Amino acid sequence: MRVDDVADVRAGDKGDTLILAVLPRDAAGWDLLQERLTVARVAEHFGAAVRGQVLRHELPLLPGLVFRVPGVLAGGVTGAATLDGHGKTLSYHLLTLELGG
Amino acid sequence: MTTRRTSVRLGAGAGFAGDRLDPAVELAVRGGLQYLVFECLGERTVAEGHARRRRDPALGYDPLLKRRMGAVLAPCRASGTRVVTNAGAANPGAAGAAVAGVARDLGLRGTRVAVVSGDDVLDAVRAVDPVVWETGEPVSAGRPLISANVYLGADPVVQALQEDADVVVTGRLADPSLYVGPIRHELGWDPEDDHMMGVATMTGHLLECAGQLTGGYFADPVTKPVTGLASLGFPYADVSAAGEVRLSKLSGTGGRLDARTCAEQLLYEVDDPGGYLTPDVTADFTGVTFTETGPDQVLAGGATGRTRPAQLKVTLGQDGGWLGEGQISYAGPRALQRAELAAEVVLERLVAVHGLPPGAAEVELIGTGAAFRGLASPAVDPPEVRLRVAARVDSEVAAHAVGWEVEALYTNGPAGGGGARTGVRPLVAVRSCLIPRDLVNTGVDIIEVA
Repeated sequence: MRVDDVADVRAGDKGDTLILAVLPRDAAGWDLLQERLTVARVAEHFGAAVRGQVLRHELPLLPGLVFRVPGVLAGGVTGAATLDGHGKTLSYHLLTLELGG
Repeated sequence: MTTRRTSVRLGAGAGFAGDRLDPAVELAVRGGLQYLVFECLGERTVAEGHARRRRDPALGYDPLLKRRMGAVLAPCRASGTRVVTNAGAANPGAAGAAVAGVARDLGLRGTRVAVVSGDDVLDAVRAVDPVVWETGEPVSAGRPLISANVYLGADPVVQALQEDADVVVTGRLADPSLYVGPIRHELGWDPEDDHMMGVATMTGHLLECAGQLTGGYFADPVTKPVTGLASLGFPYADVSAAGEVRLSKLSGTGGRLDARTCAEQLLYEVDDPGGYLTPDVTADFTGVTFTETGPDQVLAGGATGRTRPAQLKVTLGQDGGWLGEGQISYAGPRALQRAELAAEVVLERLVAVHGLPPGAAEVELIGTGAAFRGLASPAVDPPEVRLRVAARVDSEVAAHAVGWEVEALYTNGPAGGGGARTGVRPLVAVRSCLIPRDLVNTGVDIIEVA
């Protein structure tokens, strides 16, 4: 099972930090995300590009999670030569993360 | 002198500088709005504005500003809808004059255009020499500054509205503050009331990206289908004096507005939902909930806030050198191998023949998962690959070499490269720092169309 099976993800950027909001589609999805979509798993999924600590904020009322993934955008929209400097496409990279227990 | 409203309706006219015109016209004509707000200024957009102003001192504001205003001013003036926009970008004064010119050409006599100044803090930044976030060094230790623009809050917008402005044009002003200003002005909310400023800021934050709230950036044909995406309607909010926020969009427009689209937009670009810093308040979105009250109607509640930050964020523009790029396609058998060989050739020649520093050029093999920056599993035998080579370099000549070498692959191989495109453009690098709030002095000037 992948994140794509239980949740939606929206990407945003601040400098070279990628911000990912993860919104479960139902209560079961929320339980699964809380337990398995850990900081360690997200950091591993974004690999060597991460510089510094990945942070996770929980919003139980919404419900949803916010991940702050620093360094991934290396230079950001005004600093990198990369086509997608914003990292807008990277929401779909998180959707490919396997949530197996 | 003012009669306070019991509620105010604000519509989103644009969510970025290049946004569509027709959804705003639709709102202007039949939205029943008191305010139509155009958010047209990203950090990148400010940088580009400064680059244009360097070439021509009369420019530097949003290139689409005159077309936007030409499309909405007449219906807005007819319905008494006031316009607020940060499309002044790097040159609010010239932008205000341009808007007044549009109003004059449309015969809209008596239109009052307010120009908000004070976001240009180049002198203050040079004097204080604060630490740059990205480098950890003082501003003076970096490349020469082109510009420094502080994020203003809602105060000067309120002042402009008190002076009966029909159109308020600003430069760098925090995106939600474009909405907080009118809400404060109409409902009489106290800027020191952190809770209400949190509610107003949530409203502005939800609306500021326009179509992102109504299913645009949200849409996925399988997991999140949205009907009528080509005629996506932009959202509006009814905010009551008591702090009730009702979000909606016009009937007959495409898109969708529900708890899911709202939840995604609430968290967009928010790295700390419990402490979203703006010049007006430190907003707290952790208690926000969305309740669907009808088709495309959502009630938003639970936002609050606490003391606003003592320092204000500044966007610094520095000379960023040049970007040169070139792209070319390979298709069919061995497309990936030929694209990889082509990349090797270009990289070798950029260093050996053109003297670019090794490592200056970046290679993307589009079609193999390049957007994921090497994180995705590699593509196996893709039917086509588009090679892109790009470099940030110090000189225009070096930037030109990148596209030139890609184009030269046509005849010099490998085989079957087609559809080469090249580009060269100057860059302004964007950095951030903080300055104390008391160093910022804002002003409001009114231009009245005769």
